[in-house]
Amino acid sequence: MQPEPRPACLPCVWMQMTPDPLCDRLATDVDEAFPELVVANQDLVFGVALRVVRDEHAAEDVAQEAFVRAYRALKRYPNQQVRELRLRPWLARIALNAARNELRGRRSHVDIDEAAATLAEPGDSPLRLAERSDERRTWARLLAGLPDRYRLAVALRYIDDLSYPELAETLGRPLGTVKSDVHRGTALLRAAYDAEQRALGGAQEAAS
Amino acid sequence: MKTSDDRLIATGLAKLRQSAPAGLADAVMERVGLAGDEYVNVDGPISPLFVAYGQRGISLVERADRSEAGDFEEAFRATFGRSVRRVERAPELVQRIIDARIWGRAGSQPKMRFELDQLPDFERQVLLKVLEIPRGEVRPYAWVAAELGRPLAVRAVGNAVARNPIPFVIPCHRVVRSDGRIGNYGAGGPTAKRAVLASEGVDVNTLETLPNRGVRFIGSDTTHIFCYPSCRNARRVTDAHRVPLRSSYEARGAGYRACKVCRPVDPPFRAVVA
Repeated sequence: MQPEPRPACLPCVWMQMTPDPLCDRLATDVDEAFPELVVANQDLVFGVALRVVRDEHAAEDVAQEAFVRAYRALKRYPNQQVRELRLRPWLARIALNAARNELRGRRSHVDIDEAAATLAEPGDSPLRLAERSDERRTWARLLAGLPDRYRLAVALRYIDDLSYPELAETLGRPLGTVKSDVHRGTALLRAAYDAEQRALGGAQEAAS
Repeated sequence: MKTSDDRLIATGLAKLRQSAPAGLADAVMERVGLAGDEYVNVDGPISPLFVAYGQRGISLVERADRSEAGDFEEAFRATFGRSVRRVERAPELVQRIIDARIWGRAGSQPKMRFELDQLPDFERQVLLKVLEIPRGEVRPYAWVAAELGRPLAVRAVGNAVARNPIPFVIPCHRVVRSDGRIGNYGAGGPTAKRAVLASEGVDVNTLETLPNRGVRFIGSDTTHIFCYPSCRNARRVTDAHRVPLRSSYEARGAGYRACKVCRPVDPPFRAVVA
């Protein structure tokens, strides 16, 4: 029997075909559109930086640096190239490289995911805050326990909300590879989570 | 099973989302120079001036009597690709730079910053070198070229100086021809150049007549040091001890050494012939 031709990945096709109006404006006048690019993508760029350097202050510096590099690149690129950019993965990749550069500079390994996990959200009641920070801490700890390769893929997918095609472009790996990295990472995370719940449950039973 | 994995993990990890810090976008705009450029209309030595500045320092200066505000804004946009808006008063730091550079007013010397990124490397180096020429003195194009380690690039120095985007503040009017003639000037021709120099106390007529007698340098027969005629060390030599010199060869032959302040050099083509 003839194998069915594999259908093209829809998100990929969509990403390559949909022109981004912001790209057009950047190609026409970088300075006019750049502030909008920053505002729209600062959470993403900061998030990616934070995933790698794991320190808020360092991540802010890295995010600044990444945007400055992006600005210079936009000034340098030919118009056609700017028009065809996929801004989110392009920026995420610049942030990733800037963050790795930053890490290469130091090499002290402080685990700040813990600190980041305790951050408050406005409007939380003290009780809710305690629960939330507890939950955040749990997830941060579980995530930190993953091997690097899976940790970054999973974090970028679920915390920074990159789609699989965006993730593949950001990491410079084939789509299938990043999908499997995310799935394996997710499975490991789930296993770790279940193990912890069981241990917690056991402890509670033992206490009662 | 797989989807329930995804759901649980997705909602769990989503709790770790964190917004970018509040000052990030502003800091970026400042670093790339998009944090707003302004310009003012201030008095200058021979006419009022438009002076534009931004986060990276002073960026563009033009005579305000020869162009309209609209032309200046257009020129700014053409050069930097950004817009600039007019304000009534310059910030204090900019005003202090203007006072010090254009009017020679002493005071705490502010750290000067200029936006020259748009220029080729060599032109930028030329302008930064020109900035070192003291008020009330002049140096030849050949001197700038020699100082930058490219003694033959006299013509290139001339071109760079002619394109100075920040005249009056970066004193391109203090760069003259090696034969002592005042040379051309972008901001109003030789007449304007003479007027700017005169306003700084340069004795332009004497400077221009010296080369007619073949004099390039002034030496002192007490110190046996030779200088450019406008160097402050040459100006304080009393008439009885002033020795006119034609070239550094003549000077060295007579046992003189070059002044360490003005570092006089022969123009390159002359040196080759001699």
